[in-house]
Amino acid sequence: MSTITAPAVPAADYSDYTLVPARHPWRWVGTVVVALGVAAVAWSLATNPRWEWGVVAQWFTAQSVVSGLVETLKLTAISGVLGFVLGFILALMRLSASPLLVSVSWTFSWIFRSTPLLVQMLLWYNLGYLYEKISLGIPFTDVRFFEVQTTTLISQFAAAVLGLTLNQAAYSAEIIRGGILSVDQGQLEAAAALGIPAWRRSTRIVLPQAMRAILPNAFNEIIGLVKGTSIVYVLAYSELFYTVQVIYNRTQQVLPLLLVATLWYVVITSVLSVFQYYIERHYAKGALRTLPLTPLQKARKFFATHAVTNARSPR
Amino acid sequence: MSTTVTPKQPTTAEPASAAGPAAASATFPAAAASAPAAPGAPAASRGQVDISTVRKSFGATEVLKGVSLSVPPGGVTVIVGPSGSGKSTLLRTINHLEKVDGGYITIDGRLVGYQVRGTKLHELREKDILQQRTDIGMVFQNFNLFPHLTALENVAEAPLVALRPGDPRRRTTAEVRARALELLDRVSLKDRADAYPRQLSGGQQQRVAIARALALDPKILLFDEPTSALDPELVNEVLDVIRELATSGTTLIIVTHEMGFARDVADTVVFMDQGQIVESGTPQDIFTNPREERTRSFFSKVIEPAFNI
Ligand SMILES: Nc1ncnc2c1ncn2[C@@H]1O[C@H](COP(=O)(O)OP(=O)(O)OP(=O)(O)O)[C@@H](O)[C@H]1O
Ligand SMILES: [Mg+2]
Repeated sequence: MSTITAPAVPAADYSDYTLVPARHPWRWVGTVVVALGVAAVAWSLATNPRWEWGVVAQWFTAQSVVSGLVETLKLTAISGVLGFVLGFILALMRLSASPLLVSVSWTFSWIFRSTPLLVQMLLWYNLGYLYEKISLGIPFTDVRFFEVQTTTLISQFAAAVLGLTLNQAAYSAEIIRGGILSVDQGQLEAAAALGIPAWRRSTRIVLPQAMRAILPNAFNEIIGLVKGTSIVYVLAYSELFYTVQVIYNRTQQVLPLLLVATLWYVVITSVLSVFQYYIERHYAKGALRTLPLTPLQKARKFFATHAVTNARSPR
Repeated sequence: MSTTVTPKQPTTAEPASAAGPAAASATFPAAAASAPAAPGAPAASRGQVDISTVRKSFGATEVLKGVSLSVPPGGVTVIVGPSGSGKSTLLRTINHLEKVDGGYITIDGRLVGYQVRGTKLHELREKDILQQRTDIGMVFQNFNLFPHLTALENVAEAPLVALRPGDPRRRTTAEVRARALELLDRVSLKDRADAYPRQLSGGQQQRVAIARALALDPKILLFDEPTSALDPELVNEVLDVIRELATSGTTLIIVTHEMGFARDVADTVVFMDQGQIVESGTPQDIFTNPREERTRSFFSKVIEPAFNI
């Protein structure tokens, strides 16, 4: 009968078996190699006396270093904010229908992106040499509302902010313009068809969607700006980098003091990166079907699930 | 249903019609449009659309070649025709998303996008155009929901920001919210009010888009192929919502390729080809005994034999 001929594959029941994940031996080898490398670097940093960690620790929170740090943060915040505001205006000009606005915006970006920041900075600082007085009045007449000596108006701080802001604006204009262009045309059309006013269309409909494309580049720029502020040492402005230079010129402890500055830059960048993560997550709302877990949530989940599996299958 | 305006008011300062009736199809005399903004307009005329010898070119190609069409208030007009015949373009001129090159459009006797000054039609300022659009809802083929706003926020956005002070439709935030929920309920999506568009199916997204278009209580609703981007099994849920709207007294103008639906729901079917209206009439007229050869050959291609008894 047919029951004998069929080499019956038994309808096996695997419900009592334990699941074993696939093994990745090369992943382990890679991990070990990298871990050894990291350990070697850490060992040399810790044991090589020339790093002079004691000196680093001594200067890390010294009064002069901290006030230099505050100046750095101040420069970054002011020129970052002003740079992005001006960049936003430049981006809107560039996207406008007016050929004049488009070419003014284009020329601005062209000039400031093609001159070295160092040169811009020195030019602003030496503006007094080019124009002795700055005045506000009616052009081509003798009417003047006010007039000042250029050198009193352009301090080191003003020159630094001016240079960093204008330079930053040129770059952020392009970033913001790219973000706005990445938003689907249909969004504007739908908003216009609903009678939503132009300003609201930009701020409520387009910008939040553009932010997805803008943010990663914008944070790149801001992190670049934090370190970019070190260039104002040419104006002898006592921000973080200039301050440690002054100190090591006096004490000759060059490397440890450079390390002090570096560690502070690392701290600022790390804090900014955390901000970036959460701000990007905020603007991902609606763009992703489900938001990925934050590192904190991941950790919680990891411990929760592992606690459960360990409880279930004790080895 | 007649496609020309019946109650013709005495024409006061009628803008000179740009072209003679030559370009317009014989069924639609160019004089179809009523007088602009007659102050004593009859109360019943809510959502009367008159399109008069409208022309539109993109570069060298003329996409609308003098189209005239009258849509009575509360009627359902379905526009059909081959791809590229200018259906979407015509629809978009009705809310001035597309500017006309010639001719004009009126809604309840008021010019769309223009005002009369002397013997010229001056384009309105953007503010005034936006205001006119609050009377005209539009539903797009690919939904165009705002992806970063929830379904509820999508529906509530326009009522919160698009109405001028003094507009009788202005409501408080709480009232707008309640009304938005009501509209979502009407399209059977009340329980998804807090979902983002990408968390919804295509059919659900289009239903939210319809609720959004209804939020300003428009006189006219424009649909541009509302089901073309949907999977076949999702088409009906959207068509059912539109069917329900067809009885609500709002003027509907629908571009669609769903011929069965058109036959069901339309008071008037308009057949367009190459930037012109070839003919129009009741579904019966157009689907079963069209007068024009072009109409006949188009339907013989798009309608399955089973339907074309
Ligand atoms: N913005 C534009 N620029 C240039 N040409 C355009 C533009 N919009 C439409 N056209 C052209 O105008 C013609 C009519 O387009 P329209 O979208 O109105 O056709 P349609 O009847 O809606 O077609 P479909 O059924 O495919 O949607 C087409 O040839 C199209 O290529
Ligand atoms: Mg179309």
